[in-house]
Amino acid sequence: MYKDYLTVSNIVGPLLIVEKIEKVKYAELVEIETGDGQRRRGRVLDVSTERAIVQVFEGTAGLDVVKTRVRFLGRSERLGVSEDIIGRILDGSGRPKDGGPEIIAEKWLDINGSPINPCARDYPSEFIQTGFSAIDGMNPLVRGQKLPIFSGSGLPHARIAAQIARQAKVLGKAEKFAVVFGAMGITFEEANFFIEDFRRTGALERAVLFLNLANEPPIERISTPRLALTCAEYLAFDLDMHVLVILMDMTFYAEALREISAARKEIPGRRGYPGYLYTDLATMYERAGRIKGKKGSITLIPILTMPEDDKTHPIADLTGYITEGQIILSRELHRRGIYPPIDVLPSLSRLKDKGIGQEKTREDHADVLNQLFACYARGKEARELALILGEAALSDLDRLYLKFADLFENNFVRQGEFEDRSVEKTLDLGWKLLRLLPRRELKRIRPEFLDKYYQA
Amino acid sequence: MRQGQIIRVSGPLVIAANCFGAKMYDMARVGHLGLIGEIIELKGDLAYIQVYEDTTGLGPDEPVLLTDQPLSVELGPGLLGTIYDGIQRPLDLILAKEGNFVTRGIEVPALDREKLWKFEPLISSGAEVKSGDILGIVKETPLILHKIMVPFPIEGQVSEIKEGEFKITETIAIILTKSGPVPITLAQTWPIRKQRPVSRRLMPDELLITGQRVLDTLFPLAKGGTACVPGPFGSGKTVVQHQLAKWSDAQIIVFVACGERGNEVADLLLSFPELKDPLTGRPLMERTVIIANTSNMPVAAREASIYTGMTIAEYFRDMGYSVALMADSTSRWAEALREISGRMEEMPGEEGYPAYLASRIAEFYERAGKVICLGSDKRIGALSVIGAVSPPGGDLSDPVVQATLKVVKVFWALDDRLANMRHFPAINWLLSYSLYAENLKPYYQSKVAEDYPDLRQEALQLLEEEAELLEIARLVGIESLSLRERLILETARSLREDFLHQNAFHLEDTYSSMRKQYLMLRNILHFHHLGLRALEAGIELEAILSLRVKEKIALMKYEPEEANLLDLYLNIDREFKELGASQPKEVVHV
Ligand SMILES: Nc1ncnc2c1ncn2[C@@H]1O[C@H](COP(=O)(O)OP(=O)(O)O)[C@@H](O)[C@H]1O
Ligand SMILES: [Mg+2]
Repeated sequence: MYKDYLTVSNIVGPLLIVEKIEKVKYAELVEIETGDGQRRRGRVLDVSTERAIVQVFEGTAGLDVVKTRVRFLGRSERLGVSEDIIGRILDGSGRPKDGGPEIIAEKWLDINGSPINPCARDYPSEFIQTGFSAIDGMNPLVRGQKLPIFSGSGLPHARIAAQIARQAKVLGKAEKFAVVFGAMGITFEEANFFIEDFRRTGALERAVLFLNLANEPPIERISTPRLALTCAEYLAFDLDMHVLVILMDMTFYAEALREISAARKEIPGRRGYPGYLYTDLATMYERAGRIKGKKGSITLIPILTMPEDDKTHPIADLTGYITEGQIILSRELHRRGIYPPIDVLPSLSRLKDKGIGQEKTREDHADVLNQLFACYARGKEARELALILGEAALSDLDRLYLKFADLFENNFVRQGEFEDRSVEKTLDLGWKLLRLLPRRELKRIRPEFLDKYYQA
Repeated sequence: MRQGQIIRVSGPLVIAANCFGAKMYDMARVGHLGLIGEIIELKGDLAYIQVYEDTTGLGPDEPVLLTDQPLSVELGPGLLGTIYDGIQRPLDLILAKEGNFVTRGIEVPALDREKLWKFEPLISSGAEVKSGDILGIVKETPLILHKIMVPFPIEGQVSEIKEGEFKITETIAIILTKSGPVPITLAQTWPIRKQRPVSRRLMPDELLITGQRVLDTLFPLAKGGTACVPGPFGSGKTVVQHQLAKWSDAQIIVFVACGERGNEVADLLLSFPELKDPLTGRPLMERTVIIANTSNMPVAAREASIYTGMTIAEYFRDMGYSVALMADSTSRWAEALREISGRMEEMPGEEGYPAYLASRIAEFYERAGKVICLGSDKRIGALSVIGAVSPPGGDLSDPVVQATLKVVKVFWALDDRLANMRHFPAINWLLSYSLYAENLKPYYQSKVAEDYPDLRQEALQLLEEEAELLEIARLVGIESLSLRERLILETARSLREDFLHQNAFHLEDTYSSMRKQYLMLRNILHFHHLGLRALEAGIELEAILSLRVKEKIALMKYEPEEANLLDLYLNIDREFKELGASQPKEVVHV
């Protein structure tokens, strides 16, 4: 049925050049057989009348130009799904990794998906309580949002993500809920941490895991997040589930993309990453969201480790340009023993406005949030000033702000790994801190809320 | 139609052979699916085609149909209230036809072919007409009269003109030109890359009122002018653009969502039909056209989308309207240009952008302007253009930012330090500028208040002094500052927090009329002037800052009543008098 080609002319990095081809299509899936009968898979990146450039997912190690057989499959990469996929652990290409049986597909889905028509989108507006004050109070997450965690190596992003997966709930609702976890290039230990956590809390039964670990083929990482998102779309829009997708670590994903780009000798963009990294990431991140008339939703938390903690590094930068905000972890807070070390000022939730307030969280939420931001920013400025000139040089008011900043970090941001704070409690904590300051300083809060909550 | 064959597919770029005779920027239908593409380079019989849809599954030997038509938009009744993709396909029709996800090779007409529009002729047969003359009108929405113009370059004698209800494809008039009779329909087409002609350009001298205090008062944009909003992610580019789309006093808004978030488009689509135009009380959607090519939609169509938007905007300007076009973000357009250029293996310039980046940007902004339109009635139209720029890492040395700053006249510099402390709009008052401020002085004086330009100048000066004083305080401590200097710091803080800070999501604060802006600014500076006098009279700074009016000043932004703002002015007088310090009548602005 398929024609086998023995016409590989060049092997460059993860790429094969196949000559004298016929009827090959752009982006189609390719099967590659090594001289000793091993099977690998790949994808057409460029095709002309003479030759095709094929990216090999498992890498080209061990391939040669003489015995390698190439077969073009005439379709793009697909994931077979059915309800049985829930509770399974799969590898980075979607094959069972838990010793269980193959999934009998009810349907096959193209893992690249299609763009959601902007007219079909429903604006996300349901508040998700994560139990973290630094998130719920300051940068609230809503259902259908894509909110990444910008972390650095050695920071506790995995613990935070697991805690979110454990605690996330929509107030007053009990609905069908699932977690999809896509791992790209993380260590066995990190992956195992999630699996054990999911197992302990019973979440594993409602989870689907796609694991490509650090010792597994880097090029496979191009597929892994797409498989996870395809699975999430099926769960959310076919099975009406609310799906939380965690993708970790997007940095390793982007590095795999860079490797392919370099092998193709493309003109590199910033720091060697291809110019199309933005578009490439967007076609994944934008798969999160809600669709009008559909019950389910996809909430996406990509995690990335910023090289040198640099938020202007292309991976973090382009992610921030696409996602609906970001949660940024701070090495300084971590060093000072504050968990979660969330740096709230540069963190942001762009979708908070329609998710908070009366009947969603509490009437005063938006004002309190704005005020806490303003006060903490001023407190941090005072802290810097005190570092230069000494605390004595501060005005009385600035000393109050400094104290505010300290307490904010120690009492509001800091909390236990198993402490699940309600949003009420978070807001009350916020007011407790604001009472340190004279009322006239609280300009971001409406007088009626000051009357109601400031005295208390 | 002629036909070529694909010989290569590389992402959005397709190369086809046997295309002798094809013209640059002609449209082509690519492959068995008939994907829409545009010829962007010709080498011998080879045509390089950028394809506006996903090319997955396309391969060599598939046919390429050469249409011989440039990529064009359809202009006529039915544009308003519509949301299009980058090449003017109505996304709501695609949704109805194909479901929640955008598929490929879909053909939907840009304007409704079946709808009947009531056409009222304004001239009678026998009249001599030139290009741009208005033949008649269609009431497109309760807000907007759609003027049916003689398409360029037609001129001659009207031999027949009809009245009644017509589909956009039906003939409503016939014009006898030198080369014979030409039937005129309600709709016309225009190639997107070609600027629409005007009679003459004018200097922009009228304020585009946006209701955003930092813009209208400090860094104003004139109708027909150009502005750019560069800034890192999260600094407020999109909110500024949305605020302008909602509140600016342009008559027509064209919003180009270019390569950004789907949910931001959903936000526009959900809020615009609900929001009311402040002048007419009608839903904002009735004056708006949205072009949406979000980041997950095909990259090449992003490149076309800003031209699609621009051509539609020019068309409404040609009717004599004041039009504002927002492009969020022009960086995504530039990146699309870069991606295609890279695949064509062109020589890269800075950051991999093609060498022609700067000239393309300049050409784009040059399509803005205040003009005398074509047509005998010499009507005046204006097209203001506001582009967001998203430089990597917020770095303003980015080639797109730099090329943009060379051509635009207003620079709203977003500052992520301000955004981090939630000072919004996070427009840095020390870096931003408007080259229209001087031109607009007479406008401010006649339309707002005689002393408004002076107040503005004083506010800017106080903010600059603040920056210097803070630097001194940082080095040697606040004690080293005189009382006068400390009052300046307090006033500057009040300017920042009570005037410049403006919450887009607060019902009252989201929009301030020019009158309100003036009264707010006047009160803050009035307090300052009286404060200076009080200090001179030996009154304690603490006593001045504890006046009750200070708290009222902080609440001005939430105050809907003009009378209360006027009252506050008198209250400021009164409280200072009670302090025993001032003779308000003698106070002059310094
Ligand atoms: N004028 C404003 N008032 C209140 N909040 C604002 C304002 N401007 C920006 N913001 C906040 O900042 C966030 C980011 O703004 P946005 O315009 O989306 O940034 P950008 O387009 O530069 O990435 C918004 O989601 C909102 O929370
Ligand atoms: Mg934006």
